[in-house]
Amino acid sequence: MEAIIDVVLLSFLVAVVIAIVWMKDLFTVAMLAGIYGLLTASFFVAMDAVDVAFTEASVGAGISTLLMLVVIAKTGRYERPVRHKPWLALVVVLVTGGLLIYGTFDMPYFGSAQAPAQLNETTAHYIDDSFEEIGIPNIVTSVLASYRAFDTFGEVVVIFTAGIGILALLSGPARREEDADIDAINETMHKEHMVLRIVAKILIPFILIFALYVQFHGDYGPGGGFQAGVIFAAAIILYSMLFGLDTARQVINQAWVRLIAAIGVLLYGSVGMVSFLNGGTFLDYNVLMEDPIAGQHLGIILIELGVGLTVTAVMTIIFFNFAGRQVPVKKTDNNQGA
Amino acid sequence: MLIGLYNYWIVVALMMLGFFIIIAHGNLIKKLVGLSIFQTSVFIFYISVAKVEGGSAPILAADTSVYSNPLPHVLILTAIVVGIATTALGLALTMRINEAYGSIEEEIIQKQDNQS
Repeated sequence: MEAIIDVVLLSFLVAVVIAIVWMKDLFTVAMLAGIYGLLTASFFVAMDAVDVAFTEASVGAGISTLLMLVVIAKTGRYERPVRHKPWLALVVVLVTGGLLIYGTFDMPYFGSAQAPAQLNETTAHYIDDSFEEIGIPNIVTSVLASYRAFDTFGEVVVIFTAGIGILALLSGPARREEDADIDAINETMHKEHMVLRIVAKILIPFILIFALYVQFHGDYGPGGGFQAGVIFAAAIILYSMLFGLDTARQVINQAWVRLIAAIGVLLYGSVGMVSFLNGGTFLDYNVLMEDPIAGQHLGIILIELGVGLTVTAVMTIIFFNFAGRQVPVKKTDNNQGA
Repeated sequence: MLIGLYNYWIVVALMMLGFFIIIAHGNLIKKLVGLSIFQTSVFIFYISVAKVEGGSAPILAADTSVYSNPLPHVLILTAIVVGIATTALGLALTMRINEAYGSIEEEIIQKQDNQS
């Protein structure tokens, strides 16, 4: 049964991607990319990777589709048809793909318990000893937030840096202060669609509560700072899509959001520094409290909070800057397909 | 063998389709979609490697003894969020290119660069 689900989902993925290759309408491409994200998330659930599925569902099917739609709204909907036939590209792709397929023949079969990845002693250590050492049942959270906390710190900094990069690129002089007539999102959505607005208004509090649950229950079930941050941001983005960017800007202070992005990284780093001061190594939670297990719990909750804050803030910054960008386009005729 | 390696072949197929979009299409947004498909194929590869036959999700429970490998899950979990951050950065660059050139088609941008 599992094998059938696996084969069906993966075949669907290929079908969706082939459709993406053919489509010239970027709106369709963005929608197909959303379906692709959702299928990938379903596939991850079938592969027991519940935490990953959670993240992919909110990122791949939610936020990335949305960002793409915002950009398409500003740059034009149709891809220009390619005049020359891409034979060279096809040859390169087929040769590379053929070599990679040839490479797979040496791989251990899918699901094999004897595969090198499964026999690795680190993995065995995580599965057998993590409950004794960290004291929480979700091994993924143990590894993410404690064993490999330094690695995760790096990733949070990367997200933070991407947020700074987007601020540098998009919050420049082209943005006008009076946003009254800015964009597609502002104009249409929030004046019409009453049913959507009311349903969303009822849903948003639940989405926020769910995000908090995911944030603080990440030790015991699937979840954690990354997922919670994205869900939280999704609620804010939903709100700004339905009620207009102006309203959302009044509710959510931009300067505060930027500050929160930095505070998240600072909180994460500070936990590491406190470990230093208590005589441990960087991000060693055992020394945070008298009892090592309690120290681990505290450390994990704090850094997950830091991750959650940064991810929420950066995602919000990204959306607000994308949607609030006024475009002084040089000429517009090129974007239409022939 | 067909079932045993099917996942990896799909990964290769997705990766190559993504690669094809990147090199054969001129539209920058389409290229970014191709890039994210390429990226997702790597995610699928890692998660497939992590799967153990008959295993369950790596959340410790009293009545299970076989778990799928948690380490690739952690790597991919963070990679997904970093991926969206970098994709967003790419989209931001696309928007700026559109403002500067009035187009996001590679050929038109190239033509304008050659003229000036």
